[in-house]
Amino acid sequence: MSDVLVVAAHALRESLRRRVFAVVVCLTLAFGALYAWGADQLFQDVTGFDRNGIGLDARTLAAATLLGLAMFGTLFLGVVLAVFLTLGAVRGDAERGLLQPLIVRPLGRRQYLAGRFLAAASVAAVYVLLVYAGAVVVTGAVGDWWPQHPVGAGLRLAGAVVVVAALALLGSIFLSANANGIAVLMVFGAGLLAGLLGSIGDALQSHTLQTLANTSSWLLPFEALYRDALRVLVAEVPGVTGAIVQLGPLGGSHDAGPLLVPYTLAYLLAVAAAAAFAFGRSDL
Amino acid sequence: MTGLTKRYGRTDALRGVDLTVGKGELVGLLGPNGAGKSTLVKIACGLVRQSGGTAEICGAPAGTAAARRALGYLAELFRFPGWASADELLALHQRLAGSDGGAAERAELLELVGLAEARERRIETMSKGMQQRLGIAQALVGKPALLLLDEPTSALDPAGRRTVRELLEELRRRGVAVLLNTHLLSEVEQVCDRVAIIDRGLLLAAGRPDELARPGGVEIVTGSGVRTFAAASRDDVPEIVADLVRAGERVYEVRLVRSSLEDAYLAAVEAAA
Repeated sequence: MSDVLVVAAHALRESLRRRVFAVVVCLTLAFGALYAWGADQLFQDVTGFDRNGIGLDARTLAAATLLGLAMFGTLFLGVVLAVFLTLGAVRGDAERGLLQPLIVRPLGRRQYLAGRFLAAASVAAVYVLLVYAGAVVVTGAVGDWWPQHPVGAGLRLAGAVVVVAALALLGSIFLSANANGIAVLMVFGAGLLAGLLGSIGDALQSHTLQTLANTSSWLLPFEALYRDALRVLVAEVPGVTGAIVQLGPLGGSHDAGPLLVPYTLAYLLAVAAAAAFAFGRSDL
Repeated sequence: MTGLTKRYGRTDALRGVDLTVGKGELVGLLGPNGAGKSTLVKIACGLVRQSGGTAEICGAPAGTAAARRALGYLAELFRFPGWASADELLALHQRLAGSDGGAAERAELLELVGLAEARERRIETMSKGMQQRLGIAQALVGKPALLLLDEPTSALDPAGRRTVRELLEELRRRGVAVLLNTHLLSEVEQVCDRVAIIDRGLLLAAGRPDELARPGGVEIVTGSGVRTFAAASRDDVPEIVADLVRAGERVYEVRLVRSSLEDAYLAAVEAAA
């Protein structure tokens, strides 16, 4: 275990010294400021819609939609962070000659992978939780709307970036850094697109689109976690407002069922086993 | 290493190589580009898995934690994190190697490779030669019993090469075994106890440098020019000189000609071609 922590600390120290975290913090603060300003403007604009005749709670609609968009932005930023922390972990570092001096130490290859995963997953997950919590607080403070289950949604979002970090680490064993980064971001985009098609399939009762979305959810559970996080966020919103916000932004909410969390854990174990097997057989 | 083979797809990188490096022994590994030298070294340190044969480090199968614990390695193409200082790099490798040498070991290693003044210097500001010497210090962390050096002097100037040669001799005195993979035959000739010549995955010749360098006759400088006696040996010199003097020649100098290690190397490689 100590070797895992040494590798993780080394990876984090590199990001710190390369000012990766400084850049991330600055840009995130800018994102947060823009979000707060946009939220303030939006809630001022929707004040006049409170007295509509169709029972629509405009403030709730605006807040839930805004927070849903913030969740997508947070997920995207967290995924970018997770990918950039892992995209060259194996083949990329081996091609640059950085990996070999570490791997010939008594440290095992599995411990190396575990250390890199621990560093990337923990940083990305904590980052996502902090940014998401900030968005919830800003939305609540400015718009006076608080989601019923903010913790469950945040944990699902964090789980999604952990899955992406694991996939990026697995990809780094087979692909060079650039190719892996492109591949993982394309897979991420494809997953979200499949979720969006699933929402359209639900609205149109298209069995093909629903099957496509369900299959992608099992293959790429980060997509299912994101849509389930949206569901948790707005599950308690009643009436017409609830029906509209559950359509949600960028893919909409979707109930993935009680197996999602255990399936995700099993999925992560399977990815870890595949990575350990492949790395163990790789010539460097 | 016994009967070591390695196949990459349809290419045989190693075809049954037997090689032993004894305790405190300094063995030079020579061969043209693509001969299989780096593959052999990488198998020894567990970066590459052999297709056949056995490789053991201090009794443990190559690639196992016990084997890796006994060795230090400097790759031909290596890079260290540029943001770290020399001291931070060695501290990282101490943690990974389980060394309890602390700051004293780090200071001693940097002193050994002539980098004592560069302790806090960031690696990205160092010259390639300094990084190569730091690489050797890194390989020595944890007092390994076997050192695997893949082209350790390729980026060094003459003074740096001399530092490394002196370092290798010091390591031999300490009982550290060294497998030195290099293109510089003069280096091998000067410091190695034994030489192994490898080409196309086969061990072509092995032995002490002076064993591999064969006699090449006698050259005698006379008043009428240089006379060469290609088949003669040291024992023939008195008789040849006497004959020349009897014939009225004035003899100024006698040279015993030995083929260099370079000649032996080229002969071995060309014979195998």
